[in-house]
Amino acid sequence: MTDLAIIGAGPAGLAAAIEAASLGLSVTVIDEQPAPGGQIFRNVERASSDPALAGEYGSDGAALVRRFRAAIQAGGIDYRASTTLWHLDTVGGVLSLRGESGTGSLVAQRVLLATGAQERPVPIPGWTLPNVLTAGAAQILLKQAGAVPRGRTVLAGQGPLLWLLADQLAKAGATPALLLETTPRGALRQALPAGLAGAGFWRGRAMLAKGATLMAASRRAGMRVISHVTGLRAEGEGRLQRITWDGGGSTEADTLLLHEGVIPSTHVSRALGLPHQWDETQLCWRPEVDAWGATPHPLLAVAGDGAGIGGWQAATATGALAALDAACRLGRLPEHARDSRAVPHRHLLRRMLALRPFLDRLYAPAPGVLAPADDDTIVCRCEEVTAGQVRAAAALGATGPNQAKAYLRTGMGPCQGRMCGTTVAAVIAQARGIPIAEAGALRPRAPFKPITVGELADLPAG
Amino acid sequence: MFAQRPDPRPATVEVFVGDAALRVPEGSTAAAAVMLAGLPAIRETPVNGSPRLPYCMMGICFDCLAEIDGVANRQACMVTVRPGMRIAPQHGARAARVPA
Repeated sequence: MTDLAIIGAGPAGLAAAIEAASLGLSVTVIDEQPAPGGQIFRNVERASSDPALAGEYGSDGAALVRRFRAAIQAGGIDYRASTTLWHLDTVGGVLSLRGESGTGSLVAQRVLLATGAQERPVPIPGWTLPNVLTAGAAQILLKQAGAVPRGRTVLAGQGPLLWLLADQLAKAGATPALLLETTPRGALRQALPAGLAGAGFWRGRAMLAKGATLMAASRRAGMRVISHVTGLRAEGEGRLQRITWDGGGSTEADTLLLHEGVIPSTHVSRALGLPHQWDETQLCWRPEVDAWGATPHPLLAVAGDGAGIGGWQAATATGALAALDAACRLGRLPEHARDSRAVPHRHLLRRMLALRPFLDRLYAPAPGVLAPADDDTIVCRCEEVTAGQVRAAAALGATGPNQAKAYLRTGMGPCQGRMCGTTVAAVIAQARGIPIAEAGALRPRAPFKPITVGELADLPAG
Repeated sequence: MFAQRPDPRPATVEVFVGDAALRVPEGSTAAAAVMLAGLPAIRETPVNGSPRLPYCMMGICFDCLAEIDGVANRQACMVTVRPGMRIAPQHGARAARVPA
C-alpha cells in the first residue's frame, strides 16, 4: 500500500514525488525508463556533461534529478525504474505492473498520471520509410547514445524543439543541411495579438530571447532555412532518398526529422475512461482536470504535459500542486496550508504559460497535418491504413475512431492507436463535416502495453 | 543512419545486431544499437512487408519491434543494452512457438 502512486518520472512526476514525500506521504514512482528525467531530461545523469546538451538539460535537468535522488535518500519514495503500468483497477486503486523482476501489483490511495507528451504524428507521404524519424527521436539518440545522424540531414515542420535540436546537432558536429519550415505565411501576424494579450511577450521575454539565440546559432552554423513549405513528401525505394515539396522543391537526404509540436500522452487516461476535451487551441485531446490536476474520478489526477502542453517548468508546478492536493485529500494537510503552499507554484505556472497562447497560434499545425489531403498517405502505421481508406469508411458510416477500428483495424495494431488515433478522428470529422470533438477520442483498452502470457500467468493469485 | 561521436560516453557495451558485433555506450537502447549498426530495416510489416526502422524512439510508435535475446515483438527503444545482447530483425508477424 502506498499513499500516492505517480506514473512517470519526468519533470511533473519528479516534482510531485519530492513535494509529496516532504509532506510525509509514502510515494511510489513508476517509470518505464531506467533512469529519472522523462523524455526531456532523459539519461541526464550520464549525459549532462555532453557539450552538445549544455543549457537547460545539463543544468536544470541535472539539478531536478539530483533533488529527486536526495529525496529518495531522505526516505518516503519507492522509485521503480524500468517498470510499466499495464492495468489500473480504478475501483480498488490496484496498479498492475511489469518490471525487471516480473509482474506484480500495488495498491495506492491516490494515483497521479504524469505521462508527459508525445510528438504529434506528421502523416506525410513516405513517413514510414526507414530513416524518417521524429525530431525527438534524434534528440533521444543524442542524449542516450551520444549519436548523431550521418550524411545529409533535413529537418521539416515547425516549433521550438526543431530549433533546439538544430543547435544541439550543430554543437555535436552534425549541422543539419536544411530546415523546411511549415509555418504558413502570415502566421506570425495572426499570432501577435495572443502574445500581446496579458503581457505575454514581456513575461515570456526570457523564452523569446532563448528562441532567437537558437535560430541565429543554427543559421550561423550553416543550416539553410526554407520557409512556408507545403506538400512535403518523403520518397525513396526501401529507404528515404529524397524530399519534395510544393512548387517543385526537391532535395536529396539521408535522414529526415519531422516535428509539428507535441501533444499530451493520453493513452492511459483515455483507457481509464476519464473525460477528455478536444482543445481547439492546442489541437489535441486533454483530460478534464481542475486547478489541482484532479480529474472527476476520486482516485485519479493528471499533472504535467499529459494534462495539456505547458513545457517542463509548468510541469514541475502542476506536479507539485497535484501532490499538495493529494496530501490534503488524504488528511495530511489542512486546506488552508495546501492553498498557501500552492502560491509559489501558481506564480511559476502563470509565468511559464505566459507565452504559450502565442506559441500555440504561431505553430498551429496546418489542416493537412491533422488530416492528410492525399488519399494514399498512410495514417495508421501499424496496420498500413491510408487516409483514403478512412474517408471511405466515414462515407460508409464510421462516425469516429472507435467505429473505424471495426472497419479498418486502425488502432488495433501494436501501438494501440497511439500514433493514428488523433489523425483518424480528424479525417473522419473532415469527411463528415463534424467537429473533431464529435468524432471522439479513441478508447484504448488494457493492457496499456503488451505483456506476455507468461507474465500474466506469473501474477500472484488474489 | 546514425554515427557515434568521440564523446564523453565511451562505447563499452558489446551487442550483436543481426550477426554483426558492435559497441555502444552504457545506457543506450537496443534501438540505438540498430541505428548505429546501419541496418536497412529492423522489421518488415505483417501487412505489406514494408521495411521499417525506429521512428519515435520513445515507446509510442512500435516500429522498432525486434527479436531481442530470442524474445520477439519487443520494443527495441525501451530495452537497455546488456553485454552480449542479441538484437535480430523481425520478419512479418511473430510466429508462435509451441514447445513440443
